[in-house]
Amino acid sequence: MVDLSLAQTPHQAEGRTGRLILRWMLYILLLLFALFYLLPLFVMLTTSLKSLEEIRTGDLIALPRDVTFAAWRTAWSEACTGIQCEGVRPFFWNSVLIAIPAVVISTLLGAMNGYVVAQWNFRGANLFFSLMLFGCFIPFQVVLLPMARVLGLIGMAGTIPGLIFVHVIYGLGFTTLFFRNYYVSIPSELTKAAKVDGAGFFRIFWSIFLPLSLPIIVVTVIWQFTQIWNDFLFGVSFSQAGTQPVTVALNNIVNSTTGIKAYNVDMAAAIIAGLPTLLVYVIAGKYFVRGLTAGSVKG
Amino acid sequence: MIKWLEENTPKLVLAPSFIAVLIFVYGFIAWTAWVSLTRSRLLPKYEIEGFIQYERLFASPRWETAFGNLFVFGTLFIVIAMVLGLALAILLDQNIRTEGAIRTIYLYPMALSMIVTGTAWKWILNPGLGLEAMVRGWGFENFTFDWLVDPDKAIYTIVLAAIWQSSGFVMALFLAGLRSVDGEIIKAAQVDGIPTWRVYTAIIIPAMAPIFLSAFIVLSHLAVKSFDLVIALTGGGPGYATDLPATYMYAMAFSRGDIGQAASSAMIMMLVVFSIVVPYLYSELRSKDG
Repeated sequence: MVDLSLAQTPHQAEGRTGRLILRWMLYILLLLFALFYLLPLFVMLTTSLKSLEEIRTGDLIALPRDVTFAAWRTAWSEACTGIQCEGVRPFFWNSVLIAIPAVVISTLLGAMNGYVVAQWNFRGANLFFSLMLFGCFIPFQVVLLPMARVLGLIGMAGTIPGLIFVHVIYGLGFTTLFFRNYYVSIPSELTKAAKVDGAGFFRIFWSIFLPLSLPIIVVTVIWQFTQIWNDFLFGVSFSQAGTQPVTVALNNIVNSTTGIKAYNVDMAAAIIAGLPTLLVYVIAGKYFVRGLTAGSVKG
Repeated sequence: MIKWLEENTPKLVLAPSFIAVLIFVYGFIAWTAWVSLTRSRLLPKYEIEGFIQYERLFASPRWETAFGNLFVFGTLFIVIAMVLGLALAILLDQNIRTEGAIRTIYLYPMALSMIVTGTAWKWILNPGLGLEAMVRGWGFENFTFDWLVDPDKAIYTIVLAAIWQSSGFVMALFLAGLRSVDGEIIKAAQVDGIPTWRVYTAIIIPAMAPIFLSAFIVLSHLAVKSFDLVIALTGGGPGYATDLPATYMYAMAFSRGDIGQAASSAMIMMLVVFSIVVPYLYSELRSKDG
């Protein structure tokens, strides 16, 4: 912690009032930025609670006069996404069905990969890690076309297992990176000693590494869940009418051209689509930030 | 046999992921590169014809707009997000009592899907009922803010929404950096009576050079991959005024049925990303080995 305001010359009374004013300006500035970040969420929430009539006649940032949950009901179970008019509900469950297995599988594989790369160094393990790391950074557009063909060939085009498969494959780089960087800091003497005592590969992982891994598992699960829940590119490219994730359904609702534009329904649908990741952030913000920085700053 | 299994367990565990990465990352890149050199249209062809797809690509006005937008959007997005992120981090590093709460507020947009962000800003920025109508309602009848539907200005609305989403993250990176600068040096400088702004420009900011690099890499990577935000906010429009390479590629692949163009534009995207990321990763991996 660097407190530079304390470094000013404290013996002058003038300096003290000056500092107080500066302090106030600082807080006001921080507050203004907080309003900037909160504004869209506030507008989404209030708009979703207004009637269409009130939206047309009222103010963008005014609080709703008559709070109504009609738009939420419509967004959840009636709004039209193209020809289908069942709201975001079925797509919300699609996202759940995609995210949960994809998160579990990619985290497990990442843990095993990271364990091998960090603790069982053999020739080629570093090459493997480098190849994986580069894979994290490719723009996914470069694999869209062949993936569409391969999913078609193996009969998984437009299916939920197909999307799970895609998310596992392209999530592996980051999950491996997270676990590798975590396990590298565990002294290799531990593994060596356990080997001398006759413990095997899986035994060492199970009774030494796994019990130490809770923080990194939380970071990885949150990272993967956020990535997969918020994904749009794979969702829109590899799904079909019944299997779209909630982000794709939201976009379809907002851009559907039939009928009058129901902004309150759009906003309610947007909040529903954003709620799971927002909740994760509020509950486990510390781990969320750690994942973000681990993905960018050297671990 | 059992002994062999025991000795090779680590390799066997790694094998499926290794094969998957070889096929689904490197094999697929090779496939796309190959197809980008053919005359593929609706269906892929495999006879190499040279660089005709790239010639077509760079002759296309739509690609010219998309590629130009990437630089306008990328530059503004990266520069503003970094400046804003650094400024917020410095402001927050002054013993603020409610720091935790403020940090949470600044960072939450990063948890949202870009589709959600785009939907929210599309509503706020729509001229008919959004900000413009609100300010007019306050009595400023001539107030105009219709960037969203103005072909020359629409790209800036994407910059705005992208900054809203990512600047808090940059702030978090810089804040962590500020906290890691050696406090003793700063105290010594303050004892010597060096003014605060000099402490920042001469000591703290130079010490954070690696963080600047990381932030730059992450933001440029986000900029090239920006797809969802454009789709949700402007749909690439008006016309194709806000197309980015990512939306161009998608349009060619899935609505125009022009596989050759899709493949060649994807390859250009990858070249842009790699020209930024590869030097960085190379130095990272080297410093880890050494």
